[in-house]
Amino acid sequence: MPLITIDDQQIEIAAGSTVMDAARAAGIYIPHFCYHKKLSIAASCRMCLIEVEKAPKPLPACATPVTDGMVVRSHSAKAVEAQKGVMEFLLINHPLDCPICDQGGECQLQDIAVGYGGVASRYAEAKRVVKEKDLGPLVATDMTRCIHCSRCVRFGQEIAGIMELGMPGRGEHTEVMPFLEHHVSSELSGNVIDLCPVGALTSKPFRFSARSWEMARRKGISPHDGLGSNLALQVKDNRVMRVTPVDNEAINECWLADRDRFSYQALNSAERLTRPMVKDGGRWVEVDWPKAMAFAAGALKVIRDTHGASAIGFIASPHQTVEELYLFQKLARALGCENIDSRIDRVDFSGRRDGVEWLGMAVTDLNKLDRVLLVASTVRKEQPLIAQRLRQAVKKGAQMNMVHCADDDLLCPVANKLIARPSDLVNILAQVAKAVGADIDGLSDVVVSDAARAMAASLKSGEKKAVLLGAVAQQHPAASELHVLAQAIAKATGATLGFLVDSANAVGAGVVGCRPRQGGLNAAAMFVAPKKAYVILGAEPELDAADSAVAHQALAGAELVIALSPFKTAGADYAQVMLPVAAYAETAGSYVNMEGRLQSWCAAIPPQGEARTAWKVLRVLGNQFGLAGFDQDSAEQVLAEALPEGEATVRARLNNEIADVTVAHLNAAAGIERLGDTAVYQLDAYSRRAPALQVTVDGQVGHAAMACGALIARLGLSEDKPVKVRQSDAEVVFKLMRDDRLPDNVVRLAGGLAAAVQLGPRFGPISLEKM
Amino acid sequence: MSAPYTGPKVCLWTLDHANPASLETYVANGGYSALKKILAEKTPAAEIIEQVKISALRGRGGAGFPTGLKWSFMPRNYEGDKYIVCNSDEGEPGTFKDRDIIEFNPHQLIEGMVIAGYTLGAKAGYNYIHGEIFELYESWEKALEEARSAGYLGNNICGSGWAFDVHAHQGYGAYVCGEETALLESIEGKKGQPRFKPPFPASFGLYGKPTTINNTETLASIPWIMRNGGQAFLDLGKPNNGGTKIFSISGHVNKPGNYEIPMGTPFADLLVMAGGVRDGHTLKAVIPGGSSAPVLPAEIIMACTLDYDSIAKAGSMFGSGAVIVMDETVCMVKALERLSYFYYEESCGQCTPCREGTGWMYRVVHRIEHGEGRPEDLDLLMSVGNNIAGRTICALGEAAVGPVQSFIKHFRQEFEYHIEHKRCMVGA
Repeated sequence: MPLITIDDQQIEIAAGSTVMDAARAAGIYIPHFCYHKKLSIAASCRMCLIEVEKAPKPLPACATPVTDGMVVRSHSAKAVEAQKGVMEFLLINHPLDCPICDQGGECQLQDIAVGYGGVASRYAEAKRVVKEKDLGPLVATDMTRCIHCSRCVRFGQEIAGIMELGMPGRGEHTEVMPFLEHHVSSELSGNVIDLCPVGALTSKPFRFSARSWEMARRKGISPHDGLGSNLALQVKDNRVMRVTPVDNEAINECWLADRDRFSYQALNSAERLTRPMVKDGGRWVEVDWPKAMAFAAGALKVIRDTHGASAIGFIASPHQTVEELYLFQKLARALGCENIDSRIDRVDFSGRRDGVEWLGMAVTDLNKLDRVLLVASTVRKEQPLIAQRLRQAVKKGAQMNMVHCADDDLLCPVANKLIARPSDLVNILAQVAKAVGADIDGLSDVVVSDAARAMAASLKSGEKKAVLLGAVAQQHPAASELHVLAQAIAKATGATLGFLVDSANAVGAGVVGCRPRQGGLNAAAMFVAPKKAYVILGAEPELDAADSAVAHQALAGAELVIALSPFKTAGADYAQVMLPVAAYAETAGSYVNMEGRLQSWCAAIPPQGEARTAWKVLRVLGNQFGLAGFDQDSAEQVLAEALPEGEATVRARLNNEIADVTVAHLNAAAGIERLGDTAVYQLDAYSRRAPALQVTVDGQVGHAAMACGALIARLGLSEDKPVKVRQSDAEVVFKLMRDDRLPDNVVRLAGGLAAAVQLGPRFGPISLEKM
Repeated sequence: MSAPYTGPKVCLWTLDHANPASLETYVANGGYSALKKILAEKTPAAEIIEQVKISALRGRGGAGFPTGLKWSFMPRNYEGDKYIVCNSDEGEPGTFKDRDIIEFNPHQLIEGMVIAGYTLGAKAGYNYIHGEIFELYESWEKALEEARSAGYLGNNICGSGWAFDVHAHQGYGAYVCGEETALLESIEGKKGQPRFKPPFPASFGLYGKPTTINNTETLASIPWIMRNGGQAFLDLGKPNNGGTKIFSISGHVNKPGNYEIPMGTPFADLLVMAGGVRDGHTLKAVIPGGSSAPVLPAEIIMACTLDYDSIAKAGSMFGSGAVIVMDETVCMVKALERLSYFYYEESCGQCTPCREGTGWMYRVVHRIEHGEGRPEDLDLLMSVGNNIAGRTICALGEAAVGPVQSFIKHFRQEFEYHIEHKRCMVGA
């Protein structure tokens, strides 16, 4: 390893490293703008010029490879003179508008100017003014402030996987801009806000609402997908003003998906439930907590006494904390009820499972894979940052194989893909299983296509492999068959079987027992055979359920629905009592992410209005019934009870194995069918209440019915026009959009949409009719 | 004063014949014989490179890097594609020599590229032709087609079974694309801006493959060297400065144009060949190597010989051999304003000192020219120049600074007069 000397410090560093790497390792700060640890080297800002012995000119630390015996001076007179010269150039055309700039106080240019800038400017000519660019609803621009570091441009190409920003123009006329008539619409777009070292790109929803130094930064965990991205919730006056990432190389690195970053808006939504409410004669009345609790407990007691505990259904959102979910199932069981579930969007519970489904490996292992089989995952929208890791793996040579119901653009080369209608998915995966020689019954009639054989060949080669089941596979009507086939493929190829867990605490929910045991009903069954009463924690089953129409009907027809929610719109039309509980940022709690990592946090802000943390509400409900074991004083105490050995308890319960499943659904259905995967900004109660996300391209597309051009033409319909969508007996009008990435006879209409509740199941027959 | 040069010419000798650009003229005068001999005898690459080294041929594009040495940087045993690229992006103001080679002796350039391709083990060659000479793009394509038909390009060159082809690539007029790595980016279809080096093109060039980039005149000199030997080429010029060289002389002379003469010829002789300073005027200053070379006052340049060493010793650059002559009527402030506007306009904008600094320098010079100069401006210009030069990704930074600092150094009085009197000293 080369030994180099930086500022009289000797450091040994791997060959191929740069002077910047060495300086960072030695804890020496070299000023820089265009350099970023996760991006390629541009060496264009020239701020990191340093003096290297025997080199005639100052060299950029970020792009100068180390050589043995090299002597570097990063703070010598010669180096500082060069750095100051660059600083002067950067400032001559930079506006002096720090007082009205959102970057003020957290601006790299401002900070470095303190050390390297002059007291007054020698530049007496006119300054450059650059026209604003419209980058969409999330990223605001003040392009006159741009210092052309090109971080945002490189981020698009290298991390987001799509070049949405470029730098046309020459010399002083160089400008960062999107393609003509385009916005920035990547699901990771908000990261350019963090990357921009100046105030050229800032957060649009946050714009002008607080100064950086007025806010406290409090740690949180993202409540959306199963990754558990680390958040800095930035708080002013007990309000979350914005969210930025906390670096965690093992999870989100330094990135956040837009969903993680902007859904904080829901915390401040007008839809927040701030006082307990009871329905009195069909009208909602605000009451105080003792009254509400007495009412809820009393009504529930009546149901139990009249119809038995099994007449009650307990449904929790998998986005609630470990502590809440633990007490929730504890309450149900103490009341004698086994109808407990958080898998609201699942329909196929067949087969024998011995544990809680998880990723099957560490999140960081994804980057090291050689072969990937992605089964039915809209991965960029389900798992924006997992998709990013898989792209990095592909960049390093991994072969991506994709089995899905839509030819979604993964923004990376895909070695083999098999695209089929949802009802044909089992057949397609069975072909791959047969081609890899999987040990599984029932495949004798399966005809293996060349494409499946090619995919099998890819999966049989390579060292580190994974078969990953996405949300569509998990929500699929034949989910267990897909699971057992994936398991067989993994076994035959030496791959790890993993689940891309799509909710923040689905693993935690499973681990603490939010699942029906002997004699209990799962979520789907609780709606198909309606219960007399439901206790709902944080969920909106009418939106999230596998069959929204059936769920809604069951809830509307129940004698009693008790809704514990941060939002008054959840359950307003079917509940009898609504108890305001704290949102994720307002409670101490823990999530278990898809790799089984337990992450706890403290409340960043107090609950809004009279809302109470949910674990306390559940504890008091237990007290109302006079139940034993509901006397915890803190979230920590609840956690210790829920997971006595912490992560070890979690790990002991993780298992992706499935047995007792027969592969039967090998023949595709005739006719047009629905693909009802979850739209990216409809995943949970928070993201669907973030206005900025709803007006993005993804947010808009999520509200439309999509079909390929061939189908639209055959049905005599017109794209971008309203169309009647019919499913079962229901009919709803949606905008019809064309997406030629969909196979024929498939209509993609997202699950989780308020407008689509009546339509029913996420998969199955659907028809389109002209208006 | 010596007589006009009548000895052998390396590149523009076809002009002494009818139909100078035709394949027949070229072949009838020994053209393609070097290539045939090399292919027939399977001359080892090392021997060819040795001859080029002996010839002391130095890069004719402006940097003057020894060509043989550059060729020896190409990895020999690299498995995979390699490329050679001819840089005909002749954008340096004052330079107009490469266009004449393409127009009047295209086959010698083709032969040079093919020999280079053979020597360096390249799969193909690209000729990147400056955007402003689009009519030559077509004549070049025609010459390529002629060479292909005659078996000097293609899958079986001269019956040897060896395959190599040359493709033309049209530039679109950006000066910076003459910088070799920006040129590569441009061929790849990207925005033309220089790459940071290392890695150098010899290891990571076109499409990431080992690539050698040479100027048009450099490559066109290769067949002559291979026909006559490296020593003969060296003997045309002087030690360390082999061959003849085309000088593009422009400005205030009676007969501007291209003159191919031996390296080391006194500047005074070239001035005579060009008909002398225009009648009734006296020599004031000369930019000896294209607009980015520092200007030299008359008394200094008149003592120089035209070779790398002499011009460098005088404080300027031999450059591309573009000699810009200015007589006593030239206002040096006005001239510098025009030059600094060029660099301001042509900076690619990638790196900070050049993007911001060229505009700053131009604006200050513009102010001085327009009677709004301030006494501190000259020191400011020198200081801004110092903050650009040596701190940029490519040499455009230095190129922009060269004129500014040399004009002020040699003609400071004129600038001071402009600032003080808000008008021109020479009355231009």
